[in-house]
Amino acid sequence: MDFNKNYFEIFQLPVAFDQDPDQLAARYRQLQSSVHPDRFVDASDQEKRLSLQWATQINAAYNVLVSGLDKAIYLLELAGISIEDNPQLDPGFLMDQIELREQLEDISATAAGRLVDPHDDSEALHELDAFKEKIKIELHDLEKDFAVQYGTELRAAEITVYKMQFINKLLLEADKLEEKMLDY
Amino acid sequence: MALLQITEPGQAADPHQRKRAAGIDLGTTNSLIASVREGMIQTLADQDGEHLLPSVVRYTDNGPVVGRLAVESAKQDPLNTIVSVKRMMGRGIDDLKRLSGQLPYDFSASEGGMVKIRTRVGDISPVEASAEILKSLVNRSTEKLAGELHGVVITVPSYFDDAQRQATRDAARLAGLNVLRLLNEPTAAAVAYGLDTGAEGIVAVYDLGGGTFDISLLKLNQGIFEVVATGGDSALGGDDFDRRIAEWIIDQSGYDKDVNPRQLRTLMMQARDIKETLSTCDRSGISIDVDDLKFNGTLSRSVFEEMIADLINQSIKACRRTMRDAGIDEVKSIVLVGGSTRVPAVRSAVAEFFGREPLGDIDPDRVVAIGAAVQADILVGNKPDDEMLLLDVLPLSLGLETVGSLVEKVIDRNTTIPVSKAQEFTTFKDGQTAMLIHVVQGERELVNDCRSLARFELHDIPQMVAGAARIEVLFQVDADGLLSVSARETTTGVSASVEVKPSYGLSDAEVTSMLKASFDHAQEDIASRSLSEAKVEARRMIDALLGALELDGEKLLAPGQMVLLNQAIDKLQETLSLENIEQIKEGVEILGKASEEFASLRMDAAVREVLAGRRIDQLEEDIG
Ligand SMILES: Nc1ncnc2c1ncn2[C@@H]1O[C@H](COP(=O)(O)OP(=O)(O)O)[C@@H](O)[C@H]1O
Ligand SMILES: [Mg+2]
Repeated sequence: MDFNKNYFEIFQLPVAFDQDPDQLAARYRQLQSSVHPDRFVDASDQEKRLSLQWATQINAAYNVLVSGLDKAIYLLELAGISIEDNPQLDPGFLMDQIELREQLEDISATAAGRLVDPHDDSEALHELDAFKEKIKIELHDLEKDFAVQYGTELRAAEITVYKMQFINKLLLEADKLEEKMLDY
Repeated sequence: MALLQITEPGQAADPHQRKRAAGIDLGTTNSLIASVREGMIQTLADQDGEHLLPSVVRYTDNGPVVGRLAVESAKQDPLNTIVSVKRMMGRGIDDLKRLSGQLPYDFSASEGGMVKIRTRVGDISPVEASAEILKSLVNRSTEKLAGELHGVVITVPSYFDDAQRQATRDAARLAGLNVLRLLNEPTAAAVAYGLDTGAEGIVAVYDLGGGTFDISLLKLNQGIFEVVATGGDSALGGDDFDRRIAEWIIDQSGYDKDVNPRQLRTLMMQARDIKETLSTCDRSGISIDVDDLKFNGTLSRSVFEEMIADLINQSIKACRRTMRDAGIDEVKSIVLVGGSTRVPAVRSAVAEFFGREPLGDIDPDRVVAIGAAVQADILVGNKPDDEMLLLDVLPLSLGLETVGSLVEKVIDRNTTIPVSKAQEFTTFKDGQTAMLIHVVQGERELVNDCRSLARFELHDIPQMVAGAARIEVLFQVDADGLLSVSARETTTGVSASVEVKPSYGLSDAEVTSMLKASFDHAQEDIASRSLSEAKVEARRMIDALLGALELDGEKLLAPGQMVLLNQAIDKLQETLSLENIEQIKEGVEILGKASEEFASLRMDAAVREVLAGRRIDQLEEDIG
């Protein structure tokens, strides 16, 4: 197996952020149909091992190619840029982040102390839904920015990724709060 | 013009080449075996015409007894009769104490922390008891299928963790079975339905059996079953309904002493009868008289439904969570699996939650075994043109213990398998040569709230100053959902050796010694068994290679390479008649090395072909 091929090459797709999800899914299925261990239960040990490696690699590739943030980071890596741990971001963006965080805390406070019936039209749950919707749109806008910047100005693309990381983390926290509210 | 070879879709090339394969539903309460014969899928019955084998093993002085006979003796001989063994698979004593209800056994902890049950014939591990159930099922198949089984697909609850899956595999090994794949029960159920109805879209499989609850969301599309998410509760089922009824009876009877094992067993068996009656009738009579515990009365369906409302609700909660995990808010169809879905209150709760009526045209007791049989038939190559492919996910996150007994997740749950992840570690002392790594499985933040899978000791780390060594530990989860670990020091390339100590499983040595113990004339038989296993392995390798060479040899190999490979095959073939295990193993190794390049060329070619849409191009070329 040629482990030097990048994920886009394995899927025979152009190295770019925007991808057609249907085509991606179709390629994934085709690839797994030919390499998956289920196709090699009676094969030699060599073939079994290779099949496991291939299927693993294709899963890894697919996971990156279908995600927004992971794909963006991967694209930067291909361009020779590795992500910093503590990037400098403009104060305006950081202020917005602090504000968003405070909004999330407010929702958490509204819901505090009581469990919410998910069929119930609880206020906090509505607010959380609206909040998530809002930051998802923001994330989507950043992805659009990245897709353009990647071809033209890598430094800007890199900064967009840092912003995506922030929003992504916020989204995860919102999910956690939702779990808590629904008593999972 | 090249000739096109056309075979009918789904047809095996030659009936004599059909391999015998079976699907096994190794259930908590009941087990089944099914197989495809002459194009028909059927579950196999025993001599009395019974398809369901109660998963009960009784140990007597004349050897183990499995199934109905063992159930009948359960009342008289509870301590030597093992029921619900599946709940104990891959578990430690502390887990069992946490499981609801008292299990009426004397437990002893074995070395590996795994539980054993004290019986009159000695300490029995759950793995051994499960192997007895498997053997009993397979005996049916050798009679019915007129021939040895080439391999089996065994189903496990999708919620089973690594230790439980590993234990299931060990049981099959003890029973002398070739396991083609461990398959999640709900996936198997969807396979059975998918073939019958050709449904596409999201399917929810709700499986409430005797001891476990599973909910899975599957995406069916173009012959591919993709498990989008799984959830459930490995300690929730019809047994809990029985227990509620038993407790109710004790309460009603005013009996205030501790119940003894005999009483408990009688109560539980009656409770089950009452429950099953209530699935079709509005009320059921009760008459209990065992060791001065007496009660006569009736139980109505509505009182029963109140008793179990919270249990049903618990299952619905798990459904909600799983839907959320998958980001799905509507399903196209619902498949009901497991005997407990016959309870009307369960059906209506499921219908209400999903907002539609569940499917039920396949017997919920058999649907899992049927699906497993279909998969087994495909895996052994009896349906070369079948496009079905199952893509499964890891049911529970894998993580590592870090400072402060916290868990650091390495692979998230619901990641499609096979999957691997490399994690880097470093030393914190100068000259440190060993390191302990604790692998756990579960979603919680604290190590103690997760399941301990194994402790790995890394040895032979090259001596360096603290923090200089880079040890890369590779976690690989295979298509059965089983984890393996390897490690290597990356600055020097030295591979650190990994010593596995499964927290609850059996070590390889333990399995071997159990195998030994199961033979009467230990030494000779083990030697001859190993020899025949080595021969089977060698033949399998030769067959696989000859087949591959016929298909792709000329296309991918230079004539010289072909000759070399054929020579290695002949060499191995010769050793088969020599009755010398060492020589056979050597031949296998040499041939393995010689064929490595070919194997990799084939794989690359397969990938190239599939993406180039070669089949269609070829066809056009040939026609045009
Ligand atoms: N008619 C019925 N009504 C209610 N429960 C039933 C009925 N038939 C079987 N069961 C229950 O189903 C459970 C066994 O289901 P099964 O799918 O065989 O379990 P498992 O998968 O755990 O082996 C038992 O608890 C049994 O009492
Ligand atoms: Mg079952």
